[in-house]
Amino acid sequence: MKKSTTNVLLAVALVALFAVSFIVGGARTDPEERFTGTDSAATSQIEEANPEYVPWFAPLFQPESGEIESGLFALQAGIGGAVLGFAIGGLWGRRGAPLRDSGAKAASIVPVTTEPTP
Amino acid sequence: MHIAEGFLPVGHAIAWFAVSTPFVVHGARAVMKETRENPESRLLLAAAGAFTFVLSSIKLPSVTGSSSHPTGTGLGAVLFRPPVMAFLSTVVLVFQALLLAHGGLTTLGANVFAMGIAGPWVGYAVWRFSQRLRWHTNVGVFLALTFADLATYLVTSAQLGLAFPDPASGMVGSLAKFASIFAISQVPLALAEGILGVLVFRLLTEVALPQLERLGVVGKREPELVEV
Repeated sequence: MKKSTTNVLLAVALVALFAVSFIVGGARTDPEERFTGTDSAATSQIEEANPEYVPWFAPLFQPESGEIESGLFALQAGIGGAVLGFAIGGLWGRRGAPLRDSGAKAASIVPVTTEPTP
Repeated sequence: MHIAEGFLPVGHAIAWFAVSTPFVVHGARAVMKETRENPESRLLLAAAGAFTFVLSSIKLPSVTGSSSHPTGTGLGAVLFRPPVMAFLSTVVLVFQALLLAHGGLTTLGANVFAMGIAGPWVGYAVWRFSQRLRWHTNVGVFLALTFADLATYLVTSAQLGLAFPDPASGMVGSLAKFASIFAISQVPLALAEGILGVLVFRLLTEVALPQLERLGVVGKREPELVEV
């Protein structure tokens, strides 16, 4: 199978997995409690089963609204995405260059990695 | 897998800190050693850390009707062995504890153990196992990432089960309750993480084959045997 075909199939499988999750998960739950986070569900479970437990420490900073919170999550994804893009871009630019510490062995790879990819 | 701030009894919180600290210190040393001795792997290391940073920020819907996030720790474990992920996961978890009130400083030790230690080591064990059986690299990567993700959530369930045993059914019953919240929801996400990991890994073999060969992740091959 061609490399690009495999990649497309993998991407399709990924999207299909979430489409199924979304539809099945949506059909099984009430609109009010649909897609709540498992982390907060676990916290509720603790509170329900152990009403006497008092959390002994509170977050130093708490996003005041869901909008701000999702913005900060987006910031995290953005930083990660930027670093990932930078790293892969850097590696892409160096493709085919022999490694500094293993010149002789890496040289045998050069003919392959310098070939243009479709 | 984030245990909320203050939601572990003091003794448990301290114990998990004691367990996780040596792994994180060892991991920080492993990161420094890797970047000093092999400057060529800095970009790859950054990619592994960034992968976890992105994946742990994205909450996705699951078949159970709840939502959860992947961990992305299996990729770095496969590329650089698990210790580096103890350190990189700690960076991610501190960021989330301080800025997002997600997880917490008091529960950091427990959360680092689940996400940065247990997950990566399970993923790495699965990776080595699949290598030993000479399964295709893609299959190994898929299984490593999937199991790293699932293991993290099972460990979180166990941690909560230990801390809050059920009055009737004890720790095991409580563990089962927490696992029922986390584990089934996590299955499709873990599978998705595996698929995404294979895509990223294929991209990395495209752009960083010499680095991956030096790390021993892919076997050294003669040029004519490499499919292009």
